[in-house]
Amino acid sequence: MKYLPLVWAGLWRKKARTVLTLASVATAFLLFGILHGVTATFDDVIDQIGEDRLRMTSRVNLLEAMPLAYLPRIQSVDGVANVAYYSIFFGYYQEPGNGVGAGAISVESFFDVFPEIVLPAEQREAMLRNRTGAVVGKDRAAEYGWKIGDRVPIRSNRTLRKDGAEEWVFEIVGIYEFEDDQFPANEFWVHYDYVDEARAIDNGTVNFYFMRLEDPSRSTEIAEQLDALFANSSNPTQTQSEKEWVRSQINQIGDIEFFVNAIIGAVLFTLLFLTGNTMMQSVRERIPELAVLKTYGYSDGLVIGLVCAEALLLCVVAALVGLAVASTVLPQVFAAIDAPALPTPPTVIATGAAIAAAVGLVSAAAPAWRVRRLNVVDALAGR
Amino acid sequence: MTLLRQILSVTAMNVRTLPQRVASSVVVVVGIAGVVGVLVSVLAMSHGLRNALLSTAQPDRAIVMGEGTTNEGGSALAVDAVQAVLDAPGIARLPEGGPAASPEMFVAVNMNRKEDGARSGVVVRGLAPAGLAIRPEIRLVEGRWFRAGLRELVVGRAVQTEFSGLEIGDRVMLRDGEWTVVGTFESGGTANEGTLLADVDTLLSAYGRTVYNSVRVRLESEAAFDAFRDALTTNLQLAVNVLREPDYYAQAQQGIGTLFSVITGVVGSIMAVGALFAALNTMYAAVSSRAVEIATLRAIGFGAGGVVVSVLVEALLLALVGALLGAGVAALLFNGNTVSLGGNGGSIVAQMAVTPAVMAAAGAWAGAVGLLGGLFPAIRAARLPVATALRAV
Repeated sequence: MKYLPLVWAGLWRKKARTVLTLASVATAFLLFGILHGVTATFDDVIDQIGEDRLRMTSRVNLLEAMPLAYLPRIQSVDGVANVAYYSIFFGYYQEPGNGVGAGAISVESFFDVFPEIVLPAEQREAMLRNRTGAVVGKDRAAEYGWKIGDRVPIRSNRTLRKDGAEEWVFEIVGIYEFEDDQFPANEFWVHYDYVDEARAIDNGTVNFYFMRLEDPSRSTEIAEQLDALFANSSNPTQTQSEKEWVRSQINQIGDIEFFVNAIIGAVLFTLLFLTGNTMMQSVRERIPELAVLKTYGYSDGLVIGLVCAEALLLCVVAALVGLAVASTVLPQVFAAIDAPALPTPPTVIATGAAIAAAVGLVSAAAPAWRVRRLNVVDALAGR
Repeated sequence: MTLLRQILSVTAMNVRTLPQRVASSVVVVVGIAGVVGVLVSVLAMSHGLRNALLSTAQPDRAIVMGEGTTNEGGSALAVDAVQAVLDAPGIARLPEGGPAASPEMFVAVNMNRKEDGARSGVVVRGLAPAGLAIRPEIRLVEGRWFRAGLRELVVGRAVQTEFSGLEIGDRVMLRDGEWTVVGTFESGGTANEGTLLADVDTLLSAYGRTVYNSVRVRLESEAAFDAFRDALTTNLQLAVNVLREPDYYAQAQQGIGTLFSVITGVVGSIMAVGALFAALNTMYAAVSSRAVEIATLRAIGFGAGGVVVSVLVEALLLALVGALLGAGVAALLFNGNTVSLGGNGGSIVAQMAVTPAVMAAAGAWAGAVGLLGGLFPAIRAARLPVATALRAV
């Protein structure tokens, strides 16, 4: 500890250089914090998703439909507590750009399979009674100023009506939200029975089955059992836990992890180069001073320690500055992609600090080697 | 004239002494190479994807979809609407007679991407016989075309490269059964090369559908578009959206443009700021290590202008080397690689393209970093008090 002033003095020997190095290291870790922060947060969120619910889609593509006739066979599988189903309804409100995230659901079972949905009991009852009723998300309702009792015309270019009418009219009977407001509530749910009877295409089909399980630990086994039921049919299925499903949805966009790691790798490589060079430059200039220290009887180890401590201090402090800025920026990044603002995972800070320490040590290695080989007489003579 | 001569001689001297300052100069080169490398890779990806869409468009082709729809996947056209489109004026005629119009179906099938094994949607397009006649850019390069009534697919070269299970002879599970790959086509890197083609009627019946997604037509001429559109939009029995292909693909690529400009903007500017600090560091060091030399020049009558320009030129030169290095590495690693942007409704598959436009954009970033990184040290060099600097000898 008593050597801290010495390290400090060494650091500020050339103010401009230290400040600029600090700034570029901090910038690198700002980028690291944002990129790694986004992927790590996604991973955290995915890890928290339970495995007590399975989602079955068509193996061909999730926009493809499966027969509703699969329902009794799914229900009969041991360990499946309840089954809900969902058919995508390609609806919009007023303008084609205003998609409403509509889905035709099995109202009786849906809210039992999704206990995290908060919907007052009397609104649920009202939905069960009203065939043309709709339950909409709190955020969607706020967007269009809808309230309970409103009759809302929904148009669709895809879910055409048998009777040729251009509009579907639904009465809003309920407004739902998610527990703790953790996800945006922006869907528009209507009765499957009503929609399926009135639509001109895809009759008798659904896009998703959701199975609530009695025992989450059996999820893999039950998923395999379910897929085996329909493997040899003309409409094979793909059943995943909600956790796997979210992961596969993100993965299909592209190999985001690889992309992010490639950028982080390029940044860190550049950074190592930069700080290593700064440290070498700084030691080179101070060779006579270091020789003086050695003349006073400072051991090789101690002088090397001082050089390393300086590099470490510089890198870690700069990294923490960058990571601190990143953690204030990150919530805005999430806001921009419509995701809930989550705190930066502590692992991101820890990983960042560890990388910074490693960069510091590696960049101090070459100068430290030089110090060890320093011949006091030559150094003092300026040779 | 003397000013110019001074600038030239000081700059030449500087550049000649660069090799003595290799270690510190390399920092600028590597820093800028990093920025440019990442920028070029991201831009090559976004340019590749956008070019694939934009180059698919032909000014004399048009697409008809259901009213209010802006993408084929979400559109539905009933048989009577399709017939009305086929009868509309302005459509070119095929040599064998009949309108150059193809009622089409558009679905997605999940395939495994080779790179990471992820399952992602791939477009399957059902074509009427005229569909190939109106797209002369599509050329069969291997195997044969699908036959009407048979469950056969012909796959684009790009999608075949990006996804597994699409070689000739492979079977692809679509709704209601397996289809066989019987041929491979190329279409000059357009978005079609990222799709699978099949016979539309066979596809409709496999999917149990009676409605099409869209009709693609070739017009008699570009100018025939207005008459064609008006005939359809004034028909009160029809509710359709008629677009020229260039307009259709221009709006399709907008989303990609926004996505990637956010990525390049955020990542590129943060990296550029980092490289800027590195450049400042190096150039300040270069100036201070040559303080005596600069002071001597000033003492024997060289002006401040020459000194400023020489430092700037040195910074820009290093930036240029860095830019070439970064762009070169990125081009070697990625140019021509296939890349896909996946989605449930189908992926866009394209080749990454390190085009002159990409190089120019990255070069501009490098130039800006070099210029700013050199400017402040240059000003310091010019302001160096001559007497003090010389006394330090």
